[in-house]
Amino acid sequence: MEVTAAQALVQALEQENIPIVFGYPGGSTLPVYDVLASSAIKHVLVRHEQGAVFAANGYARATGRVGVCIATSGPGATNLVTGIADAYMDSVPLVIFTGQVPTTQVGTDAFQEVDITGITVPITKHNYLVKDHRKLLQTIKNAFYIAATGRPGPVLIDMPQDMLKNKISFRYPKNVSLQSYKPVLEGHFGKINEAARLINKSRRPVIYAGGGILISQACEELKQLAEVISAPVTNTFRGLSCFSGEHPLFLGMLGLHGTRYANLAVTECDLLIALGVRFDDRVTGKVATFAPEAKIIHVDIDPAEIGKNVRIQVPIVGDVKVVLQALLPLLKKTDRAAWLQRIEELKKLYPLFYHQENVLKPQFVLEELFRLTDGEAVIATDVGQHQMWTAQYYRFKKPGAIISSGGLGAMGFGLPAAIGAQLGLPGEKVILVTGDGSFQMTMPELATMVEQKLPLKIFILNNRALGMVRQLQEFYYDKRYFGVNFEFVPDFVVLARAYGIPGYNISTPDELTQRLPEVLNTPGPVLVNCLIDPLENVLPMALSGQMTG
Amino acid sequence: MYHTLTVLVANSPGVLYRVVGLFSRRGFNIDSLAVGQTENENVSRMTIVVEGDALILEQVTKQLRKLIDVIKVSNITAEEFVARELVLAKVTANPAQRGEIMQIADIFRARIVDLGRRTLTLECTGDEAKIKAFEESLRPYGIKELVRTGKIALLRGSKYAGVNNIKEEAL
Repeated sequence: MEVTAAQALVQALEQENIPIVFGYPGGSTLPVYDVLASSAIKHVLVRHEQGAVFAANGYARATGRVGVCIATSGPGATNLVTGIADAYMDSVPLVIFTGQVPTTQVGTDAFQEVDITGITVPITKHNYLVKDHRKLLQTIKNAFYIAATGRPGPVLIDMPQDMLKNKISFRYPKNVSLQSYKPVLEGHFGKINEAARLINKSRRPVIYAGGGILISQACEELKQLAEVISAPVTNTFRGLSCFSGEHPLFLGMLGLHGTRYANLAVTECDLLIALGVRFDDRVTGKVATFAPEAKIIHVDIDPAEIGKNVRIQVPIVGDVKVVLQALLPLLKKTDRAAWLQRIEELKKLYPLFYHQENVLKPQFVLEELFRLTDGEAVIATDVGQHQMWTAQYYRFKKPGAIISSGGLGAMGFGLPAAIGAQLGLPGEKVILVTGDGSFQMTMPELATMVEQKLPLKIFILNNRALGMVRQLQEFYYDKRYFGVNFEFVPDFVVLARAYGIPGYNISTPDELTQRLPEVLNTPGPVLVNCLIDPLENVLPMALSGQMTG
Repeated sequence: MYHTLTVLVANSPGVLYRVVGLFSRRGFNIDSLAVGQTENENVSRMTIVVEGDALILEQVTKQLRKLIDVIKVSNITAEEFVARELVLAKVTANPAQRGEIMQIADIFRARIVDLGRRTLTLECTGDEAKIKAFEESLRPYGIKELVRTGKIALLRGSKYAGVNNIKEEAL
């Protein structure tokens, strides 16, 4: 039977088992909306296209499935750009559909026309402009495959409006049609042997584990590796939650705002086992002084990451789970008592700390959240100081329980991403930890949250400033504060009321402790405006090779 | 150091933009670039000359391989290969100078492809050194316009950097 291309698109989404799409309609996507109305696929209407792509992103991070969003041509498409870049940086699988002006008008600067495939070339894993309706289904098949396999990432499909109205017979292809795209999963056996030899010989190994562990679902293998070889584990920001924050071998996060003992352990180690990481500048600082005494084993599915920033002694291209499964049987069980004793010493010498006074400290908020949720909640964050305090003080135990913009560091990510996460995990307690700066970037999505009846618990760590930028001005610009302190901040509790959400102001530790159990047990959404110490900084902070705090 | 890369790509819209965009975004320098269809109409071949050390070359190659439309990347610099470039040059030539210029053309095995009242247009192929010498020899007469194709290259003997039997891609 012949159907329109728009109809075929929706049927293709059903074939891909996509339960939910996030979107915002417009002229060019109306053929699709006309069909979506009668489909079983849930459409979540956001309030800004950036909300759609961030929500799809949060959904994908929370569920490990491909997130799907749709926007119209022109400004609808350009509003997606930040969210696409975020997914690209953090390797999140998304398929993004954009409407386009009719094929006859493409290239004529028509109303709401923009070259979105051109714009997104450097921030997508691949993209397509589908002018021929007969190629639409194979394109969709390929897009989902590319987005979800290898190193995941966003794939965009741009669809001219007239193409969507053409008739095709619906036959969804079984196979992808790609000439050369074949991700390598199995590591080179010789290199794995070499890695095993180095590990067995090493006296002071450190495991540096990143987002790749979560993506390939290798958390169990990572735990086995750490326990068999008695090696402490440090996480990148994106890798947090892949190793229990309460495990005795856990060092916390490393890098710029990492724990001092994690950074010192890396500096002192003789072997660095880098798993699903990319040696980001926030981790390494000056490359020349990073892990100066160590040989480095690097396992990653993306060959281009190996040797990109740092010289590697044993490169292994492959899926980290598959590689670890091959590596584990080659390893000797070792206790490395002296090294672990040294690690304990570092932990005691340089613990994370803050001064608890009678003002509300952001770190205390996170510690209380951790205590009352037993580390089992899914935490979405925005970007800035509150994000780093979350990374430091909420000791994630459940893989994938942190939903946050790492590589791109996109403020405004938090609320829409939390919405996507909660829709993907309806049974879980999802908490948004945000700042007063970030929250104001995408707070209109509160309407989406209410409309979707989502019980999000929102904690604004409110210091009435762009704290992370202010902190940079404090350390690097001689406290010449400019453009970082808000002279006006809305009354968030009144704002919450406008959306029909209960809200509370909290300004002391006691109030927090009293109020928190009730907030967390409220069936619906709650907004908690935490008036924190406005001068608190994120410490430690590695300053050009030295540590502060 | 200069490296010669042979890059086979799917003959799809925007593929040149993707490749060139990659070079500019990651700060790699393209010294020369030549593109054209291959023996297979679904495949184009780019010959790219890049300047950089071994580390840069490794990154260029790996990043190119990540592009979905890139089928194969070979660095043929260290192999035996034949490289050619074609140049067209229009030089000032009064009737009295034509003989001299035609002698130069002979030396370089170039051909006269067009004749104007006061100009001659010459075509020459060869490797970089020859093209350079050819250009220098014409310079005294006054080069009005000159255009080069960029280097194209093939491995010598029975080796090949291409791929056989690429079927028509569905897209």
